Amino acid sequence: MQFVQNLPFISIIVSLFSGSLSSIMGGKKAKRLNLAMMSLVAAMSLMVFLFVLGTGESYVYMMGHFPAPWGNEIRIGVLEAGMALFFCVVMLLCVIGGYQEQAAEIEDEKKNLYYIMINLLLCSLLALIYTNDLFTAYVFVEINTISACGLIMIKQNGRTIEAATRYMIMSLLGSGMLLLGICYLYDVTGHLLMSNIKEQVEIIHRTGQYRVPLLVAVGLMSVGLAIKSALFPFHAWLPDAYGYSTVSSAAILSSLVSKGYIFLLIKIFYRVIGFDVIQDSKVVNILFIFGILGMIMGSISAIRENNIRRMVAYSSVAQIGYIYMGFGLATEAGIMASIFHVLSHAATKSLLFLSASGITDSSNDSTDFFDLTGAGYRNKLAGIAFTVGSLSMVGFPALSGFISKLLFAQAAIGDGWKMFPALIALAVSTVLNAVYFMKTVIRLYTPERTAGREGFREIHMTENRTKSAAMLCLVALNLILGLGSAPIVRMIEQGLGMFA
Amino acid sequence: MSRKISEESYRKTRSFRLHQWFTGEKDLFLDQVEMKPQEPFTESKKVKKKREKEKQKMLDQIYNLERNRKTGPFQTLYRVVSVLFCICMVSLFLVAVSYLPPLGDAGNPANNEVPQRYIENGLQETGAVNIVTGMILDYRAFDTLGESHVLFIATCAVLILLRLDGNKKKLQEEEASDSAHEPENDVILQTVAKIVVPPIMIFGIYVILGGHLGPGGGFSGGAIIGAGLILYLNAFGFEKTERFFTAKTYKWMCFGALGCYCLAKSYSFFTGANHIESIIPLGTPGAILSSGLILILNICVGIVVAGTMYTFYVMFRKGGF
Repeated sequence: MQFVQNLPFISIIVSLFSGSLSSIMGGKKAKRLNLAMMSLVAAMSLMVFLFVLGTGESYVYMMGHFPAPWGNEIRIGVLEAGMALFFCVVMLLCVIGGYQEQAAEIEDEKKNLYYIMINLLLCSLLALIYTNDLFTAYVFVEINTISACGLIMIKQNGRTIEAATRYMIMSLLGSGMLLLGICYLYDVTGHLLMSNIKEQVEIIHRTGQYRVPLLVAVGLMSVGLAIKSALFPFHAWLPDAYGYSTVSSAAILSSLVSKGYIFLLIKIFYRVIGFDVIQDSKVVNILFIFGILGMIMGSISAIRENNIRRMVAYSSVAQIGYIYMGFGLATEAGIMASIFHVLSHAATKSLLFLSASGITDSSNDSTDFFDLTGAGYRNKLAGIAFTVGSLSMVGFPALSGFISKLLFAQAAIGDGWKMFPALIALAVSTVLNAVYFMKTVIRLYTPERTAGREGFREIHMTENRTKSAAMLCLVALNLILGLGSAPIVRMIEQGLGMFA
Repeated sequence: MSRKISEESYRKTRSFRLHQWFTGEKDLFLDQVEMKPQEPFTESKKVKKKREKEKQKMLDQIYNLERNRKTGPFQTLYRVVSVLFCICMVSLFLVAVSYLPPLGDAGNPANNEVPQRYIENGLQETGAVNIVTGMILDYRAFDTLGESHVLFIATCAVLILLRLDGNKKKLQEEEASDSAHEPENDVILQTVAKIVVPPIMIFGIYVILGGHLGPGGGFSGGAIIGAGLILYLNAFGFEKTERFFTAKTYKWMCFGALGCYCLAKSYSFFTGANHIESIIPLGTPGAILSSGLILILNICVGIVVAGTMYTFYVMFRKGGF
């Protein structure tokens, strides 16, 4: 075994250990440790990614002295390593982009707690990505849930506490359903290891024994993870949680936390239940319908919103709807489009949150639309970044959102009765996206005489260097995803091939 | 034949004091037990005004007839639908459970090679007499590593929510109101605690240390020690506990335990995955110093659990220590 194969395990342990190490540090040191840890993990993930890409096949890493069904193991393929790398980079950018807000909005004594939450969140995301065992996945889902709550309520005002409470209740409901599903599945298959469950499920599916518990288990796990990633009817917690927490938290929650659960669901579909069984079950159709409803309803809520942060948050509901619509198509192409959209949404939404906070900084910290008139001239970089993010969400060519919409449309064509609803929903949702994003962009570039009004000031890009750098990197990431989509799609295809 | 004793010596006997207590002439506990009369409730005018205003606002919202007439049917509908939904879910689960394999049947899918190896080879492979401990701390130690960090992060989340360090004035207020309605030194509680706390602690330590030999382990033993600490705190107050347990102690304790767990287990994960022989001896099964890392991990988990329980209690009671 080569040393580079140890790196996924080391990156999990390093992020876990830096969590407990931060607890004895002050805020400043914890911040530096967090930055060092994230860069280290990103570098290690990059090496693993290149290694797996080179060998072209996935490998299994044993966690301990006992082989898989008895001990734990993690499994690393192209998709897993790529996701880990991408998540690390986006999280790094989200955290450094919000340094100024973190310094201002978090009490000094609690700063190290914030970085503990981020370290453990990264650890849980990595474990969710790599794990090959359903119960390990559940344990790290718990860590993920609690740290996300911590991220929301670290900026303490009434709204965030209420949002965190709502998030807690909904998210624990989702965790409970996931756990119940795992219990049912264990009872009928006798395994917790993903590959072994799949073997057993195939036998069960063929013999027709235990059909009902299997169906209930699939339903429970899908719905549980859908609640946790804010699929349309379960999104009530989302706008407050994203709209009022500190900006790094909002960016991390929208672009990474919900994506971790989505990735777990993809894993469950491919590696636990098996794609054929999923296609046979009608659960995917329900996901399809709710995905489409989410695409439309999320956009309509966003149009009605007069607060820029909440508008961006509602737009997340619509984008999560896209991803679930891809699942609902229940084809390889649909899942591929969903995975690409996971990447594109993560890159774009964090950009939107960061630039929205840059815009509000120059407008007396007001998130109200009325005060944002002409903000694109006051904070030029944030204005440009917000425009790029908006165009990407709407689906402007050369940006990542365009490619994901294209992939969704390609996947939908020729998919039986789902073709027309999917295409119509895509078209309607794109128009609605354009309505609210372009409305905002036009307002940002409407000239307004604000000189002399208190709090309205020009912000030069050197004033908040980390945020400017993060925004530029995210714009670049968007362009890379949009212009270099062909190799990325090929990698996703290769990764999905390794998945089964 | 009766023997009369003098009135004076009768007054010294216990039976006289019992008689006195019985008839209510004298309260034996008077001057012995600290009793705190309830102080009359006072509040400044400003606070009172604010409170009344808030209450009025709340009442206005609840008894807003106009709105209630509109939303009333929806509220009822909401309740009915939620009850129906719960009933549907419950019956769905019951139906699904009835299709599951029968409990305890030898041919169940869960009785496969996995538990077989745990039961047959568990003792040789882990050195732990208690197979459950061997399973959670050796076979599937990665899960337990995550689980102990769940406790840690839960404490951190509670610290974020409730710690008042940044707000000195509020912390002092909380401290003052901490024992407003009860005596500070409760003789009965203190006496009982004096007798009970040491055995609880020793029992907790026993449960942790014997985790690999019999029923017990870090989670249960840590919970016992945590309960003992909370009882001690209740009886003797923060002054006494803060001599040995402060926020700093907790921080270092937690970091020590989790760091130790992390490092010890990463060694065994690393050697296991690279097929290197581990140098940790398993020892003689049944001896207290046996079963490799399990004993150390049990101690670590016990420390984390005890610290978590105690910190939760302190945070909810006072918001800082």
